[in-house]
Amino acid sequence: MGVKLLLEKAHVEGIRSYEVYRREGGYRAVEKALKTMSPDAVTEEVKKSGLRGRGGAGFPSGMKWSFLAKPEGVPRHLVCNADESEPGTFKDRYLMEFLPHLLIEGLIVSSFALGSNATYIYIRGEYAWIPDILEQAIAEAKANGWLGKNILGSGFDCEIYVQRGAGAYICGEETALIESLEGKRGNPRIKPPFPAVKGVWDRPTVVNNVETLAAVVPIINMGGEEYAKIGVGRSTGTKLISACGNINKPGVYEIDMTISVEEFIYSDEYCGGIKNGKRLKACIPGGSSVPILPANLLLKTAKGETRYMNYESLSDGGFATGSMMGSGGFIVLDEDQCIVKNTYTLARFYRHESCGQCSPCREGTGWMEKILKNIDMGKGKMSDIDLLWDIQRKIEGNTICPLGDAAAWPVAAAIRHFRDEFEWHVKNPQECLTRNYGLANYADPLVIPA
Amino acid sequence: MSEEKKLFKVTIDNITVEVEPGTTILNAARQIGGEVTPPAMCYYSKLKNSGGKCRTCLVEVAAGSTADPRPMPKLVASCRTTVMDGMIVKNITSERVLDARAGVVEFLLLNHPLDCPICDQAGECHLQDLSYEHGKEGTRYEFNRRTFKKHDLGEYIQLHMTRCILCYRCVFVADQLTNKRAHGILDRGDHAEIATYIEKSLDNDFIGNVIDVCPVGALTDKTFRFKNRVWFTKPVDAHRDCSKCCGEVQLWMRGDEVFRVTARKDEWGEVKDSTKGGPGWICNECRFEKKDAKDWTIEGPTQVSRHSVISQGHYVNVVKPKETLPDVMGGRGPKLLMNIHNVSEVNSPEIELSKIAGPAHSDDFKNSLDNGK
Repeated sequence: MGVKLLLEKAHVEGIRSYEVYRREGGYRAVEKALKTMSPDAVTEEVKKSGLRGRGGAGFPSGMKWSFLAKPEGVPRHLVCNADESEPGTFKDRYLMEFLPHLLIEGLIVSSFALGSNATYIYIRGEYAWIPDILEQAIAEAKANGWLGKNILGSGFDCEIYVQRGAGAYICGEETALIESLEGKRGNPRIKPPFPAVKGVWDRPTVVNNVETLAAVVPIINMGGEEYAKIGVGRSTGTKLISACGNINKPGVYEIDMTISVEEFIYSDEYCGGIKNGKRLKACIPGGSSVPILPANLLLKTAKGETRYMNYESLSDGGFATGSMMGSGGFIVLDEDQCIVKNTYTLARFYRHESCGQCSPCREGTGWMEKILKNIDMGKGKMSDIDLLWDIQRKIEGNTICPLGDAAAWPVAAAIRHFRDEFEWHVKNPQECLTRNYGLANYADPLVIPA
Repeated sequence: MSEEKKLFKVTIDNITVEVEPGTTILNAARQIGGEVTPPAMCYYSKLKNSGGKCRTCLVEVAAGSTADPRPMPKLVASCRTTVMDGMIVKNITSERVLDARAGVVEFLLLNHPLDCPICDQAGECHLQDLSYEHGKEGTRYEFNRRTFKKHDLGEYIQLHMTRCILCYRCVFVADQLTNKRAHGILDRGDHAEIATYIEKSLDNDFIGNVIDVCPVGALTDKTFRFKNRVWFTKPVDAHRDCSKCCGEVQLWMRGDEVFRVTARKDEWGEVKDSTKGGPGWICNECRFEKKDAKDWTIEGPTQVSRHSVISQGHYVNVVKPKETLPDVMGGRGPKLLMNIHNVSEVNSPEIELSKIAGPAHSDDFKNSLDNGK
């Protein structure tokens, strides 16, 4: 039903191979861009499309490209951030695994626009089997003249290299990724200078998410203005959502950002409703680091309007009553899930993944994890809840990179919306080990399945 | 380039100073000195790329510049943020900064053992100063602190990782002063540690400087361990002819005995520039092997801040630190919470101690209170 731009051909037999991809209309964008457009025209199309970064922050990609410093005689680089490590997000894996040539095509066009002759794909270490797929696709593209010297006679040279990470969440942060790509310890750099001025080997660099770069292909094929007509407001185009948790049909879905959250969860086309006929309790709509929302605030905004699956609507109400689109990791929790345990699991993740460079994140994440573990085990105190709130407040915004914020937000949101569940855990130390708090007053009575 | 350079005006806590473009907020504040200077645990002006990690130097930028007077939304690390013309910075006048800084101090102390009574760094420890000045009383941390075994890094240096606050200064020293770095950070997060691969000893001539840059007692001088408390020793400036380094040092003496040799430090606890130019790093030979007053030409006592614990033993050459609080508060001096001379009844004017025969007794005061009121 919805518009499909990226995953349209995902189910074609053998789409992973060059021949089938080309037969299905692949590499048309490269032909169009390199033969008929100038690099600036490509950037202009991306700007017109209103494409926003799909990695989490949602920064307009065309704008990011135009910030790239272009000093004379200094090579520039494009880096594809495939270090998708956010718990709940697995859209890039799907894209790279089933449509590797789409990413390669997007990379060639984007490299042309940015003037990058050496482009890197930094892929997380845990995706052990995907570099082989990508490298095969690169070899096929090269054999057919889409990569290498003087592509299509345009005088533009481009090589794509795949670099594996060693399995660190922090290396998804762009400056940590650059450090790691250079072969150093993956510590985020202190900004400024931004990568657009000093990135890989101190050269101007653009770091973009896999999905963002893949979306460049339909933008060039259909034109930026046409692309901008899909979607709503500043949320243009389509977005991949990786849905998981207690739903009937977990998986990667492409949505055009005009459908409501309710439709996304309950329609058979997407998640297919909550598993086993349970009721919806809460949802983390954009990957583990965005604030969790209780069911009543998820389906309707605080003003009583329907919440839609797009950047603006999901963040409606700020952090007090809203959340974020994030990277599109849609995690659904049903009535049997324990928010305290869920928060503890996330805190444990962030403690493990903190790089340890700056003190609030290094010490604060570990502290929060220990307190949450105590509350989860029925050893908590009432004062611990306020303490958690205070710790997250002191981490947020005071760190070098956004990992501190990412660690603080889930804890803050869980306490903000589910404080009574935390208090119940403290007051019933025995009972909380044997049963769950249940729904309480979060579930929207409108959506009880028949 | 002989034309006059344009200086940037920057206002920190109501005090305006003119600095060269490219100066960081922290260094601009150091030009003012006193209370408006943010504390720095990881930044070290003599080490490239240091800073930005400990977050104690966070300040609020109330106005970015004259051209763009918007405030910065987040607190910024003053050691890595350069000033703009017309920038307005709030340090001790900002509640947000003080709150965040108290938080950072608490975070830094979470896993710190607070074993000051047996720590050689006590008395000259930056973390001690920081927690006295910016920390809160008590801790809210109720869990086990992380602990490590002590490591010997070569024959002169001991690493006590338990006390480490991971400022990375020693890594930068090893990187920038010695030709082959054999130590660095292993692991990540709160389980990260300074380590040498497979206990590899550090034998470079300048590796001793890691002791000087360590803000806490994590890297200590094995030739000085448990020999004396720093405030019982007296620092004197001395020099010798050294083929490897500048040879300009501080000797920490008690009587004629030299207990310890360190590089000369400035008021920010950093190694001073030597008179021969460049930072005054010293070599291992000067630091560890010349422990006799005969080896040195003694120049005289080192200037020590009046606030330093080292000055407490009636040490000569004590300097009065610059007081900036009246400037920050627009001319008003700091208000005393309670003037003990006003509220104390012990010194009630009705009782003239000299007129009391013999030693004063509690009854003398008691009577006067009863009679007087």
